[in-house]
Amino acid sequence: MSEFDPPPRAVRPFIDFVPLMRANGFAVAPEQTTAFLSAISLLGPRDLEDVRRAGLATLAPPPERHAAYRALFDMHFLGAEGDDLDEGEEEDVVRVQEDRRGMDEPASADESNESGEAATRAEALVERRFGPGGAGEALRRLSREASRRLPKRLSYRRWRARRGVVVDLRRTLRDAARNDGEVIKLSHLKRRMRLRRLLVLIDVSGSMKARTEDNLRLAHALTQAIPRVEAFTFGTRLTRVTRPMRLKRREQALAVAAHIVSDWDGGTRIGDALKAFLAVPRFASYARGAITLIISDGLERGDPAALADAVGRLSRGAWRLSWLTPLAIGRDFRPRTEALIAVSRFVDDMVDGGSTPAIVDHILALGRRRAT
Amino acid sequence: MAVRGNIVGIDSPEALEKALRSAYYLADEGLATAAYLALALGKPLLLEGSPGVGKTEAAKAIAAVLARRLIRLQCYEGIDASAALYEWNYPRQMLAIRQAGEQTIDIYSEPFLIERPMLAALRSPDSTVLLIDEIDRSDQEFEAFLLEFLSDFQISIPERGTVSAVERPVVVLTSNRTRDLHEALRRRCVYHWIDYPTPEREARIVMARASSVAEATARAVVAAVGKLRREPLSKAPGIAEAVDWAEAATLLNRGGARWPEAFRRSIGVALKDEEDLTYVSGRLDAMIAESVA
Repeated sequence: MSEFDPPPRAVRPFIDFVPLMRANGFAVAPEQTTAFLSAISLLGPRDLEDVRRAGLATLAPPPERHAAYRALFDMHFLGAEGDDLDEGEEEDVVRVQEDRRGMDEPASADESNESGEAATRAEALVERRFGPGGAGEALRRLSREASRRLPKRLSYRRWRARRGVVVDLRRTLRDAARNDGEVIKLSHLKRRMRLRRLLVLIDVSGSMKARTEDNLRLAHALTQAIPRVEAFTFGTRLTRVTRPMRLKRREQALAVAAHIVSDWDGGTRIGDALKAFLAVPRFASYARGAITLIISDGLERGDPAALADAVGRLSRGAWRLSWLTPLAIGRDFRPRTEALIAVSRFVDDMVDGGSTPAIVDHILALGRRRAT
Repeated sequence: MAVRGNIVGIDSPEALEKALRSAYYLADEGLATAAYLALALGKPLLLEGSPGVGKTEAAKAIAAVLARRLIRLQCYEGIDASAALYEWNYPRQMLAIRQAGEQTIDIYSEPFLIERPMLAALRSPDSTVLLIDEIDRSDQEFEAFLLEFLSDFQISIPERGTVSAVERPVVVLTSNRTRDLHEALRRRCVYHWIDYPTPEREARIVMARASSVAEATARAVVAAVGKLRREPLSKAPGIAEAVDWAEAATLLNRGGARWPEAFRRSIGVALKDEEDLTYVSGRLDAMIAESVA
């Protein structure tokens, strides 16, 4: 077959599957299409299951979107109904367990209801505008100064430097070779500084309703300003919103986040949410050595002891744990609610989280603090 | 792209699965298919999954099946070319310069070159399998560097020129997914997500891996481990822990401990986190009793 011949009819369905995947938000490169076709012919294919596996291996849909892949596949090759395609980031959503046995909620009829609500909410998020000054200015300040003022740590990578502890043997020797093997000066290597990881956990329950949107904007500004930011929302579920926050345009990022977070304005079980966070090893590793921010009023419906336990674990892994609550106003703030009292001994800073400028001030001041 | 349907007599995923089984690795169809495709298409195989599902073991088994030497490159933050690729033997170069006197000497020739895993695999692609382990631990700089290596399988050494592989080496990458890998890296590879095995398969793995564990013990351990994995623990027991637990309990049982007791006393090899132990301690007895039944 020469390069310019149209592909034989038999392979058309397979090639057509790729644009369908792209249209549904899977990134597929042309080389992957080629690999997909070669894989199918390598496997036989004896049945459709071979084609499905070939697609899984070569088109490489991320594991959290396997269900969406399966649905698309069935729709394309089997003509099935494709109704649950939007259930995108399943693995990034963890249901907070209601009791210890972890009963799976049935995939109930209110699912459609929820997504409908999320959609209207997305519109609400998009349509609302910033008030003058205040929050907007604070976010701009955050974007400008974050990479300069946030806490850093030593990188494990070494770079050339004028002075340093380690001698750059390679460079020294190359210079020496130019001078008949005489070492005239030593070149050095030094470990540079690198920004710490940052983890932000945002309470989206009913009691935080007024602040939720601003907090998401803050998370978006942070994600855009510095690398390695992880953002989660929690209420009755724990949802990773890092991916939407990586989208450049704020309105788009918030709309996508609004779509995947489905527990807006509900109840809070902070302890269970944090426990769910710590139980996924992938998530828990985001907190290790990270600047950890919890933005929540700490109005807990669950057991305060469980909450304290989870916060303690989080605090031991994190570089520094800040709890930003709208209730903390003024310097002589003392926690009153049972939950906040329980966690206060694990929290390094319990400060005002009632407005965007206050939160930004705290974040930008973190660079001057030490690990605990 | 050079496609080879038949690699050392393996011409289908089923044949590979059988060969892996004789290397004491029980792969499911998905993994066997992905691994076969990677070998046949000459692409790297990227394995992702929770800690302890047997990603590294899979690479070892593939090397055993192909009867090749496994070269392992453990990733860490800050890993760079001098640890992954090659390094010059500086003291030796220094001495050579001193000894050469008036003669000319090429200090960038073969005797001064120290091979690191990636160069070693590139130079003898037909007798090695390169395992790049825990790629998610490395930083973005290394990932970008790796991308270049994996796309054309060639390395340029500024002092010597370009080294390229005569044929595509077999490369297996593993990741625990502690961070998202770059899309371009996944695109270059054949991808497989390894999940925890089904209870039947896991029981068979325990029996194959542990030296002398009765089938009933293996089933009980697998059932208990399955229950533990559903709990919100910070370190869920992997397959290796299940094997260890079965062996430890068998050992205690031989020493005179009775059955449920032997499981309970050897829990330390399955759960290795103090907080996790406290968390399940109250229900452990019931859990074990349920699993034994």
